[in-house]
Amino acid sequence: MHKKMAFSFPDEVLEHVFSFIQSDKDRNAVSMVCKSWYEIERWCRRKVFVGNCYAVSPRMVIRRFPEFRSIELKGKPHFADFNLVPDGWGGYVSPWIEEMAGAYPWLEEIRLKRMVVTDESLELIAKSFKNFKVLVLSSCEGFSTDGLAAIAASCKNLKELDLRDCEVDDLSAHWLSHFPETYTSLVSLNISCLGSDEVSFSALERLVGRCTNLKTLRLNRAVPLDKIANILRHAPQLVEFGTGTYTADVRPDVYSDLAGVFSSCKELKSLSGFWDVAPDYLPAIYPVCSKLTSLNLSYATIQSPDLIKLVSHCPNLQRLLVLDYIEDSGLEVLASSCKDLQELRVFPSDPYGAEPNVSLTEQGLVAVSLGCPKLQSVLYFCRRMSNEALVTIARNRPNFTRFRLCIIEPKTADYLTLEPLDVGFGAIVQYCKDLKRLSLSGLLTDRVFEYIGTYAKKLEMLSVAFAGDSDLGLHHVLSGCESLRKLEIRDCPFGDKALLANAAKLETMRSLWMSSCAVSFAACKLLGQKMPRLNVEVIDERGPPDSRPENCPVDKLYIYRSIAGPRFDMPPFVWTMDEDSGLRL
Amino acid sequence: MEGCVATELRLGLPGTDNVRNKKRPLQEADEECGANGKSDAQDETAPPAKAQIVGWPPIRSYRKKNIQAKKNDSEGPGIYIKVGMDGAPYLRKIDLKVYSGYPDLLQALENMFKFTIGKYSEREGYKGSDYAPTYEDKDGDWMLVGDDPWELFITSCKRLRIMKGSEARGLGCGV
Repeated sequence: MHKKMAFSFPDEVLEHVFSFIQSDKDRNAVSMVCKSWYEIERWCRRKVFVGNCYAVSPRMVIRRFPEFRSIELKGKPHFADFNLVPDGWGGYVSPWIEEMAGAYPWLEEIRLKRMVVTDESLELIAKSFKNFKVLVLSSCEGFSTDGLAAIAASCKNLKELDLRDCEVDDLSAHWLSHFPETYTSLVSLNISCLGSDEVSFSALERLVGRCTNLKTLRLNRAVPLDKIANILRHAPQLVEFGTGTYTADVRPDVYSDLAGVFSSCKELKSLSGFWDVAPDYLPAIYPVCSKLTSLNLSYATIQSPDLIKLVSHCPNLQRLLVLDYIEDSGLEVLASSCKDLQELRVFPSDPYGAEPNVSLTEQGLVAVSLGCPKLQSVLYFCRRMSNEALVTIARNRPNFTRFRLCIIEPKTADYLTLEPLDVGFGAIVQYCKDLKRLSLSGLLTDRVFEYIGTYAKKLEMLSVAFAGDSDLGLHHVLSGCESLRKLEIRDCPFGDKALLANAAKLETMRSLWMSSCAVSFAACKLLGQKMPRLNVEVIDERGPPDSRPENCPVDKLYIYRSIAGPRFDMPPFVWTMDEDSGLRL
Repeated sequence: MEGCVATELRLGLPGTDNVRNKKRPLQEADEECGANGKSDAQDETAPPAKAQIVGWPPIRSYRKKNIQAKKNDSEGPGIYIKVGMDGAPYLRKIDLKVYSGYPDLLQALENMFKFTIGKYSEREGYKGSDYAPTYEDKDGDWMLVGDDPWELFITSCKRLRIMKGSEARGLGCGV
């Protein structure tokens, strides 16, 4: 007893200290100091983050953390966003909801990404958690507006309902009416992904009117322009607003109404929506532009001159999402007007056209990298690139943390020299020492991977497509990138050798995805046998992998570390290679 | 190569050759298909629309829908055609304009009829499953989906039929 007091603080003191530690990384580090810190920490962890829902079972999480209030779960691999993961692969949230419904009546927050959510699960959430406050569903699917109605009806303390990029079965617009008239706690509502043509406008207006704490409201495309003014009149305190369709016949009364209402929104910092924009209505938002820090125009099919005018009104912009209609000329204006810019995403307006439809090239990106000293995150779709431009960009902007470049045609060479873009991307990883995320494109040999393995020491996520010459490329990455957590590869000539030689590395990562590569079924089996703490999943819609010769490459491979063992909810086209894979198949 | 084109068996009238129309008549299993395709490519003045790759460029589907919708607005009403599958009790209707290309269309058909199509190649058609998507074109011929550039396909397609079984396996140039 005396010894204990001399060498450590009472538990309550430690708990109090730990309460200031919010990040999961730090919490995990704290729990590894010693057994007693592990014990204290696990009882006071309030937020749990599970980056891969199959890495651990719900029961294991509940056993270790008996008192959490908030959980974040991620399901499908990132490439599911681009239709590379077949329907039915998995990522079901119901086992989690069912376990938590019993164990955690005081659960307050659920955040899910790329998971399959059913109406039953939403109903169970509504029924089981009396103090439920936050539901964020990001890129989820499997539920309908009926499930949303259950949440609306029962969750009296709901503050946040955010459906980001979800696929929702829009059965009825009337789910909004299920929020009782006495319900006023809404702070954030994002329904931008809902497709229905009918939205109950009156219910929406009444809801917005009585929720005086509403800070974020993102409407869906179905809300017409002439309804926005009424809605905003009820919520001048909004900080983030997403319009619906931003087009109508030009009428001076509608315009002045809209402009007036925007002027009264003194707190507005973020705007989005802007489907089908009528340029004549854009000046209505000019009154708020000087305060805007975030602007999402990625659905706005307006041309460069209108975009330039708009952007020049927003000197405090930190985040811009836009279509390539902005062109190089628009990006040059952005570079001179928006010195606080931190994140830029430029999407293609005509990704499948054979010829460029706009004048957006590497020059736009060079201009922004030169003009915007705080730029750290970029997603850029274009049709040509040069090593010279990439080296210039890297030298201009060594503070990049996220660099995702998509040259639309696979294997496109440097348009000036016709060489691979190895040197250009090499410069990116060499100069940008804090780079955490990188997506490659264009013509690339094994050399680019040598650069990445040598320099990209802080890289956590790498996306590769149509690149490399041999296993050496993959080997460079797996053996060199110390901080690598997620690696996703498609259509590259990487095979067994690099994978098997770096098997141990895979246990230090969250996951590895390889599709249309050259990894044989035999290598998958071997990996599954030798590495019991990895789930090695073969995805092949052509039929069982053992119906083909062992040295045949598998179609898709997903490897992730797990302490939960192989999962049992796999569809018929997914096979787990484990210790007995020789016997079981 | 010239001789190949001149003696090629076609159902169209002589002299009405649309250079970009690489027809693959269903009943023939001929090795020249590939060769003809290449000579046609040399004769073409405009670059053919590229075969679309699944999931590339990496754009989320809700963005693709937005782009497609915009294009449709400027090009008039949709192109509604009937789709039938061997063994299904009734036909369906789809609007070809909402799809961005072959991978998008085939994915939608797979979802609609709950089946899987094999991998398309110019040489061998749809390899790896019992199904082959075919369409009836303006001449009344039943063609394999995928040989033509997409833009040309949607203007010449009158109806779709998903063939099943041995009939489907007999398609294509491979053995």
